[in-house]
Amino acid sequence: MIRLDQLRKAYRTGSQTIPVLKGIDLTIEQGELVAIMGSSGSGKSTLLNVLGILDGYDEGSYTLAGELVKDLTEARAAQLRNQAIGFVFQSFHLLPFKSALENVALPLTYRSVSRRERMERAMEGLERVGLSDRADHLPNQLSGGQKQRVAIARALVTRPHVVLADEPTGALDSTTSKEVMDLLLEVHRNGNTMVIVTHEPDIAARCQRTIHLKDGLIDADVRA
Amino acid sequence: MSAPVAPPGFLPDWVVDLLDDVVRHPLRSALTSISVAWGTFMLVVLLGLGEGLQNAVRHQFRDDATNSVWLYKGQTSIPYGGYPLGRRIVFDDDDIAAIDTIPEVDKLTGRFYAPGRDLVLAHADRKAAFGVRAVHPDHRFLENTQMVSGRYLDPLDLDEKRKVIVIGREIARFLFGDRPHDRILGTWIEVAGNPFQIIGVFTDAGGEGEESEAYLPITTARTVFNGGDRIDQIMFTVDEGATLEEVEALTTEVHAHIAKAHHIHPDDRKALRVRNNVERFQKLSSVFDRLANFVWVVGIGTVLAGIVGVSNIMLVSVKERTVEIGLRKALGETPRSLVIRVVREAVLLTAVSGYAGVVAGVLAVEAIDTLVPANETLRNPTVELDVALFATVLLTLAGAAAGFVPAWRAASVKPIVALRGDA
Repeated sequence: MIRLDQLRKAYRTGSQTIPVLKGIDLTIEQGELVAIMGSSGSGKSTLLNVLGILDGYDEGSYTLAGELVKDLTEARAAQLRNQAIGFVFQSFHLLPFKSALENVALPLTYRSVSRRERMERAMEGLERVGLSDRADHLPNQLSGGQKQRVAIARALVTRPHVVLADEPTGALDSTTSKEVMDLLLEVHRNGNTMVIVTHEPDIAARCQRTIHLKDGLIDADVRA
Repeated sequence: MSAPVAPPGFLPDWVVDLLDDVVRHPLRSALTSISVAWGTFMLVVLLGLGEGLQNAVRHQFRDDATNSVWLYKGQTSIPYGGYPLGRRIVFDDDDIAAIDTIPEVDKLTGRFYAPGRDLVLAHADRKAAFGVRAVHPDHRFLENTQMVSGRYLDPLDLDEKRKVIVIGREIARFLFGDRPHDRILGTWIEVAGNPFQIIGVFTDAGGEGEESEAYLPITTARTVFNGGDRIDQIMFTVDEGATLEEVEALTTEVHAHIAKAHHIHPDDRKALRVRNNVERFQKLSSVFDRLANFVWVVGIGTVLAGIVGVSNIMLVSVKERTVEIGLRKALGETPRSLVIRVVREAVLLTAVSGYAGVVAGVLAVEAIDTLVPANETLRNPTVELDVALFATVLLTLAGAAAGFVPAWRAASVKPIVALRGDA
């Protein structure tokens, strides 16, 4: 599903060039659940940005579902993100002035899908995360765990190839964290490919495979 | 399970989104709208008042030909050619004949006033004094005299010294009451005791004063009232196409000629007075043109300030929504879609509020028109429909322009920012 070959990326600040990813080789198969761990500065955020087509890279190649992702126009990148990737963010990023249902339906508005169908699919998504009774609530009327469940429903509503989760439990207490993680595992069991960036060993321990990054290189690739 | 609130189904998505964006910051949207509305309001009101002022001045010229030059006689104030000071100048037929030879002179008439100027007009048991002017046939063009019945004086009346009279509507009303005008034609009335036959009734934009005048053939009047070949006043028009310079040159020429014929010092302004309506009118007209330009500059400036305001506020709003925009981009919104969205919001804000200002301005001008009676400086202020239409087009374009910078900012937001900070 995901294939990285000698992927390199550096940030340029003035005359200085700071290499962040120094040649990553990585293959993630369809249906895998992978955790990416690493200390801050290890390059895991940058790697996630590249995987999520939010940022480009300098050398090597990134193939997503058979398609080479390189030097895309912004419009094409946006289209590809919409089609292929579902995002779950640490701080949820729900639009505060839209209801849970509308938030879930948001990615579908960037496709030519009728409102009726959007709302139906969003409602199904909310049902799947157990929040159909909160459909018309605004985000600030929801708990942290509920918000993240809405965000997960939003990530899944487009039926993406890959779900990318960036510290999905980072803003939650331990009980809620467990619930959200249970949900993500369930999503995975339904056949979704999933990459979770985390610094919590508990979370990583529940994944099939853990990739440790260090100084822009893969330090260890552990399969449970 | 509570039912999800769906936005009203009859509105397209983009309208719902747009209204969402505008309504989310009601105060900000309102203030921005007011600044644009104020701009267009001022523009419309200024244009309306400018028009009113222009109408007021045009009104003062309404009953006279605007391309005319009038010559008045006077007394000499500079001794010249052996003649004493304070000599009264009187025009005569030679002066008229001389002016008639100038090619640029179009219509030409003299005026002769019988002693006393006002003469008693009488018919049956009705009698009263009215202004009577003895003139040439061209006089009707100089005073914009409009016939309502019968005819004006013609050259034959003068040649044959016919005893005919053309009277104003007010005189007709006084002498004949409600009798239809065509039924008083041919009637003989007395003018200071001399019988004259009515050949025409006229109206004049100058109002009751002008309509209380009567006209006689100048030849007849001079014979009846012992005027010799005396002429009290000379009036002529200049070809419409003549420039101000040409008219001035012409006026100087006429002045010099008459001064010479009557032994007047060339610089004696009191012996021979000239009223150049062409100059007066053109000077006023150019003042109005300049005023109109000024109004446009001020008005457009005010509208521009409003538009810059819209642009600014949109920029703030884009900046404030950086995270939201980043998120939308991460979820698949294209830069193009964002640009369209921002420009649409800017156009909505400017067009709606601007148009509201235009409407308010038009209403205000209408109110002024209704409430303020016509006077010397303001008469019938109006706003042309095409100005309103032009404003609408301009505002829509301006809205798009106002949205341009903010839209560009929105499009250049990197979606990565969505991964940092809080939405």
